[in-house]
Amino acid sequence: MGDVLKKVPVREQDAKVRATNFEEVCYGYNQEEAMEEAARCINCKNAKCITGCPVAINIPGFIHEVKEGNIEEAYKVIGKSSALPAVCGRVCPQESQCEGVCIRGIKGEPVSIGKLERFVADWAREHGISPEKPASTNGKKVAVIGSGPAGLTCAGDLAKMGYEVTIFEALHEPGGVLVYGIPEFRLPKKGVVAPEIENVKKLGVKIETNVVIGKSVTIDELLNDEGFDAVFIGSGAGLPKFMGIPGENANGVFSANEYLTRSNLMKAFDENYDTPIMIGKKVAVVGGGNVAMDAARTALRLGAEVHIVYRRSEAELPARVEEVHHAKQEGIIFDLLTNPLEILVDDNGWVRGMSCIKMELGEPDESGRRRPVEIKGSEFEIELDTVIMSLGTSPNPLISSTTKGLETNRRKCIVAQEENGATTKEGVYAGGDAVTGAATVILAMGAGKSAAQGIDEFLNGK
Amino acid sequence: MYKIRKAEKLAENIFLMDVEAPRIAKSCEPGQFLIVKMDEKGERIPLTICDYHREDGTVTIVFQIVGASTKKMAELQAGDSFRDVIGPLGQASEFIHEPAAELKEKKYLFVAGGVGTAPVYPQVKWMKENGIAVDVIVGAKTKDLLILEDEMRAVAGNLYITTDDGSYERKGMVTEVIKDLVQNQGKHYDQVVAIGPMIMMKFVCLLTKELGLPTIVSLNPIMVDGTGMCGACRVTVGDQVKFACVDGPEFDGHLVNFDEAMKRQTIYKTQEGRAMLKLQEGDTHHGGCGHCGGDE
Ligand SMILES: Cc1cc2nc3c(=O)[nH]c(=O)nc-3n(C[C@H](O)[C@H](O)[C@H](O)COP(=O)(O)OP(=O)(O)OC[C@H]3O[C@@H](n4cnc5c(N)ncnc54)[C@H](O)[C@@H]3O)c2cc1C
Ligand SMILES: Cc1cc2nc3c(=O)[nH]c(=O)nc-3n(C[C@H](O)[C@H](O)[C@H](O)COP(=O)(O)OP(=O)(O)OC[C@H]3O[C@@H](n4cnc5c(N)ncnc54)[C@H](O)[C@@H]3O)c2cc1C
Ligand code: SF4
Ligand code: SF4
Ligand code: FES
Ligand SMILES: [Mg+2]
Repeated sequence: MGDVLKKVPVREQDAKVRATNFEEVCYGYNQEEAMEEAARCINCKNAKCITGCPVAINIPGFIHEVKEGNIEEAYKVIGKSSALPAVCGRVCPQESQCEGVCIRGIKGEPVSIGKLERFVADWAREHGISPEKPASTNGKKVAVIGSGPAGLTCAGDLAKMGYEVTIFEALHEPGGVLVYGIPEFRLPKKGVVAPEIENVKKLGVKIETNVVIGKSVTIDELLNDEGFDAVFIGSGAGLPKFMGIPGENANGVFSANEYLTRSNLMKAFDENYDTPIMIGKKVAVVGGGNVAMDAARTALRLGAEVHIVYRRSEAELPARVEEVHHAKQEGIIFDLLTNPLEILVDDNGWVRGMSCIKMELGEPDESGRRRPVEIKGSEFEIELDTVIMSLGTSPNPLISSTTKGLETNRRKCIVAQEENGATTKEGVYAGGDAVTGAATVILAMGAGKSAAQGIDEFLNGK
Repeated sequence: MYKIRKAEKLAENIFLMDVEAPRIAKSCEPGQFLIVKMDEKGERIPLTICDYHREDGTVTIVFQIVGASTKKMAELQAGDSFRDVIGPLGQASEFIHEPAAELKEKKYLFVAGGVGTAPVYPQVKWMKENGIAVDVIVGAKTKDLLILEDEMRAVAGNLYITTDDGSYERKGMVTEVIKDLVQNQGKHYDQVVAIGPMIMMKFVCLLTKELGLPTIVSLNPIMVDGTGMCGACRVTVGDQVKFACVDGPEFDGHLVNFDEAMKRQTIYKTQEGRAMLKLQEGDTHHGGCGHCGGDE
């Protein structure tokens, strides 16, 4: 038995080795380790951890089953609240959610809830345990737009209630950000994401890829001509932002979305695939979120020296702590309190560097974080051949602009009620990043769940 | 899977295919494009929708071999399938939204260069179907590379064909024909639509600006998703950055920064070249030539 104040350590791929491959970084617990970690949970009566989980998984409940070695039971407990446990166990920002409020965390390290959840989900997959298709359908049809976590969850829940569900996905693969955004080394596609999508299909959900709602067919056509009784919009927040600084259209400047899509969805990192990707020598990734870390670690694995350029300090980095830690281990260089002013371009239109200015932290802003302000006269240049802009994304207007009566707010997000996902258009529900702006997998799942409830109530009342 | 109903060679390195894609055939309009992905490992290749048959559920594409992916595509036969066909994408040509009465009052000139003839065709056809006879200039390098001549003749009002080498009809560039029509033949146009290689569109726009003729062009920057998600297709139009896949592909040609757009088209030149060499030499190429990077 190790130190009860500390988490049972998790095995990881060596930092030097993994910096050159796309295999998963973290190996996860085996059953012995999981049971040992589960024993650290003190099964609190008033379990704080549950309040920290956006879908309120009965955490002490499933951990208790793990401790007893009843992994299948543990999977059933999680399955009541979450449709994608193998994903969430890997990518949830646990430190600010379930683990952030774990009682164990007061004196020592919190229980490793995410890693336990992951273990249970992986065990279930490896043992061929999957949800069952309902015996009969109720004959009502629901269209789900987008196959990210919000859409998959909403579709899965509705199918369990007996609805006939079709997911329409614009890309050629289902999964949303799980497939095109989050890299293989954090979330294996074949091993983890695909089986979770298969599970949703096993519930009877149909997935039609290559359908761009608003272009191939509109929401009104789905409702009026194709016989759908309700629609859920889970189209995410996929539109990349740029800084608007000079030189940003130079050859060698990419959005993180483009870079990651080439590598993940199109598998450009594998030379057997036809899509090219720029393999930089010296790359700057501008931004400090999860997306920036993913882009940086992808560029590193392709062989570049990579700098994260972020205008605030380390404490304000919005990325998950674990990802920052992994990025540092792998050799990503952090140029903090640094803001780009201009991308320098050579005669042929290629990036040759970036001029930046040093920042210091001033008064707190609306977000409560100290506002970065420029230090006069501190301009300097860095030499580069690639710049990846990772400044956040906003919802794509493709759907809102082609659907009458669907209101959006000034951030272009679809207006929807939090408790049931109802939008301003009857029969149309929405949730996930399309409503909140870029957020997290688990929040998108939670929204998909609430909307499934909302749709069920709406169609039952009909 | 999206089955290829017809595959035809139109000219050296230029191919036409009719592909089953019912949703696209049902909703597409002139000016829009689609994306094809050949197989599991393929790239997403944007191509203009050159014709559509709503009842049949098929769309027509015309493409030219310029690199590895289009070369592979050219080998597909009727009966084969694309793994993915996505669309329709982009905005339809603006004129389809104009009231018919106003449109009939306007004089349109379409200028097509090379494979650009294919994307011009559905627009001219639409005009014809709506009772409007438009002037069309088609330019080709040489007679053998001229495509869709009969089809175009059937829908155009006046058709002016020119070849760079004078091997067929007129000799010279499309810009010379525009000059001739406007300056010598006293023609007036309210709107020019020019589609072809970026360099041709640039020169047409330089000329039409001088002549005071509003000009729309259709841009073909590098794309990945075609839905506004990646920003690869960004182009500068006036003082704004636009995503060609959702804001375009058609833009006011007098505002387009062609020089930037042409540079951006070359981003993957080196890698594309390597891919082509690998394809051409197949298993016989094991590197060592020192040129293609195959030995890296
Ligand atoms: C690189 C990256 C890393 C991230 N890392 C983390 C992390 O570690 N932890 C975490 O919790 N969150 C992370 N996130 C955020 C998280 O992935 C998202 O919040 C979540 O995926 C949102 O889910 P969603 O279902 O709302 O949308 P998405 O996952 O974006 O899915 C939307 C789907 O809808 C499709 N779509 C869009 N428009 C249309 C249309 N018109 N017609 C048909 N289909 C359409 C899209 O193609 C897409 O497949 C990350 C995001 C990115 C980009
Ligand atoms: C909206 C749009 C409509 C188009 N319509 C047609 C058409 O009707 N007929 C036709 O022959 N071609 C068309 N193209 C161009 C066509 O997509 C490219 O020729 C094709 O992608 C080249 O791929 P490759 O692998 O064979 O050649 P490569 O050797 O990879 O590329 C050759 C050149 O093609 C361009 N290109 C490469 N990849 C892409 C990409 N993913 N997206 C866009 N351009 C790329 C680049 O300029 C590149 O230098 C269109 C492009 C766009 C954006
Ligand atoms: S879903 Fe996320 S927040 Fe909830 S228990 Fe699992 S890891 Fe924690
Ligand atoms: S708060 Fe921590 S210790 Fe308490 S039940 Fe939850 S996981 Fe267990
Ligand atoms: S092709 Fe990706 S945004 Fe236009
Ligand atoms: Mg190519």
